[in-house]
Amino acid sequence: MQENVTQDPEEREREASAATGKEPGPATGDGGVQTQALVAKGHKGTGERKPIFGLENVGVAYGGVPAVRDVDFPIYQNQITALIGPSGCGKSTLIRCLNRMNDLIPAAKVTGKVNYHGQDLYGSDIDPVQVRKRIGMVFQKPNPFPKSIYDNIAFGPRVLGQNGDMDEIVESALRRGALWDEVKDRLKTNAFGMSGGQQQRLCIARALATDPDVILMDEPCSALDPISTGRIEDLMLELRENYSIVIVTHNMQQAARVSNMTAFFTVELDEDEKHRTGRVVEYDDTEKVFTNPADERTEAYVTGKVG
Amino acid sequence: MSVAEAGIARRTVERASNGQKVKDLLFRAALLLSLGVAFITLGVLLVDVAVDGGSSLSWDFITNFPSRISPERSGVQSALVGTLLLMVTTAVFIVPVGVASALYLEEYADNNRWWNRLIEVNIQNLAAVPSVVYGLLGLAFIVRAPLSLGTVVLAGALTLGLLVLPVVIVVAREAIRAVPSSIREGSLALGATHWQTIWKQTLPGALPGIATGVILALSRAIGETAPLLVIGAALFTRFNPNDITSDQFTALPLTILRFVTDSDSEFKALGAAAILVLLAILVVMNAGAVYLRNRYEQKW
Repeated sequence: MQENVTQDPEEREREASAATGKEPGPATGDGGVQTQALVAKGHKGTGERKPIFGLENVGVAYGGVPAVRDVDFPIYQNQITALIGPSGCGKSTLIRCLNRMNDLIPAAKVTGKVNYHGQDLYGSDIDPVQVRKRIGMVFQKPNPFPKSIYDNIAFGPRVLGQNGDMDEIVESALRRGALWDEVKDRLKTNAFGMSGGQQQRLCIARALATDPDVILMDEPCSALDPISTGRIEDLMLELRENYSIVIVTHNMQQAARVSNMTAFFTVELDEDEKHRTGRVVEYDDTEKVFTNPADERTEAYVTGKVG
Repeated sequence: MSVAEAGIARRTVERASNGQKVKDLLFRAALLLSLGVAFITLGVLLVDVAVDGGSSLSWDFITNFPSRISPERSGVQSALVGTLLLMVTTAVFIVPVGVASALYLEEYADNNRWWNRLIEVNIQNLAAVPSVVYGLLGLAFIVRAPLSLGTVVLAGALTLGLLVLPVVIVVAREAIRAVPSSIREGSLALGATHWQTIWKQTLPGALPGIATGVILALSRAIGETAPLLVIGAALFTRFNPNDITSDQFTALPLTILRFVTDSDSEFKALGAAAILVLLAILVVMNAGAVYLRNRYEQKW
């Protein structure tokens, strides 16, 4: 699978919009050098980092076939952690372990330990519903409910039985989702009438309404145009102040622009060459992964030589 | 590709589509013919019934009770009331049971378990069982022991309900399946429980489809004669059923049967008129189903 950065039309468009001034985007091909400054901005430094997730030897198998294995790294609080790698390397599978969404697939089996604030998320006494209250998720395709904008936001707080002024909760969530000014006059209209980018920000705002601790984003911008993508990236950088974010992305510039830490996954054929399993090649500061990667496979991938 | 090559390719395409055109025309003609046969048959039937029964149709026909002696004073009130009461009772029975079964099969059942697959196959088989068999089932288990309800409206409604339940389940499952999994995931990811997700997202999204299915199932039940005959419903009553425990009740199809089997040709004409009444109810129900589908169907 070839993912040549400079030939991706979406990327070219993105760069074109960046060239017009507003968005400081990386130049063609080499995402590393340009992103350095961006990453450094707002970076909290290694010393202050507090782990929020501890992944210990995590693996996921579908019906006995391992999709990803030997994942072993911490994810830090108030940071944006990017999971990158070629298709089929298990990044989406892994991110779905962090809020137990894999439970919805009966054949999926998670091994190893996923610690969240030191608590094993897959412990026998853990209720997945409680996990998802603390750890919100935004999906690849915007998935607003077929309800009004207001009811979309209010859905989470309502099912969690949150009391208080619902109007206030909705307004606050929409403000944090950078959507309030655009929709404040049409809160009662159906969310399906919004643009794709607005729908995705609505989904982010919806996730924020229940006041989670972590937000997982599974390729949140892959269905969006470059301008909407830029808005969501700005939003992520704002949200990092109060939330921890884990993002799966196929867009390496995106990882370089927004994330503090990057995990690079690859696909390996197993011994009998039957199954393809994802593994982590490198996990480090984004800056280092993109400018001075330790592994040559990482370097080949981030420079666009190989997908 | 060079210009010359492109030219060859274009000629080839044209030639092939000429042969294809004839085939396409023939195929379309065959399809139209099949449709024509169905429509003409239906049309002839409708005209025939309208000619036979049209003159007997009047407000009095609808409000009068049937009579054995004088066709001109005979009507279908008791049959109409019986049919409506049967349908309402059937709906009250099939909606919760059908939707609950569909929810179990779609949301909870693990298809890897043999018993769930068995249930699925059996529901499909049940939809193909002749209605008279349901009548026997109703007679054996609902009218007599263990339920021992006797020949009452409720027994008739339960029997008709069992008959159309497979239809309701199949349609409700389709409606539930049509709610995208991204909606379920979105709800669960917000910390909603499985039940909250079903109750607040899946069911509202599936409701128009389920309602349409229920109406279509009822339109099948409304014309059923055999099960009601088998459980012993009357062909003919001179008063309306008071409630679902009335043991003297009839329904439109039974009254139609009664009229058309009479040796008197004037009574036969009443049968045609009663068929028109039944058809009118069917048209209204199906129009309701179409309206519901167009008005409330969710575009995902």
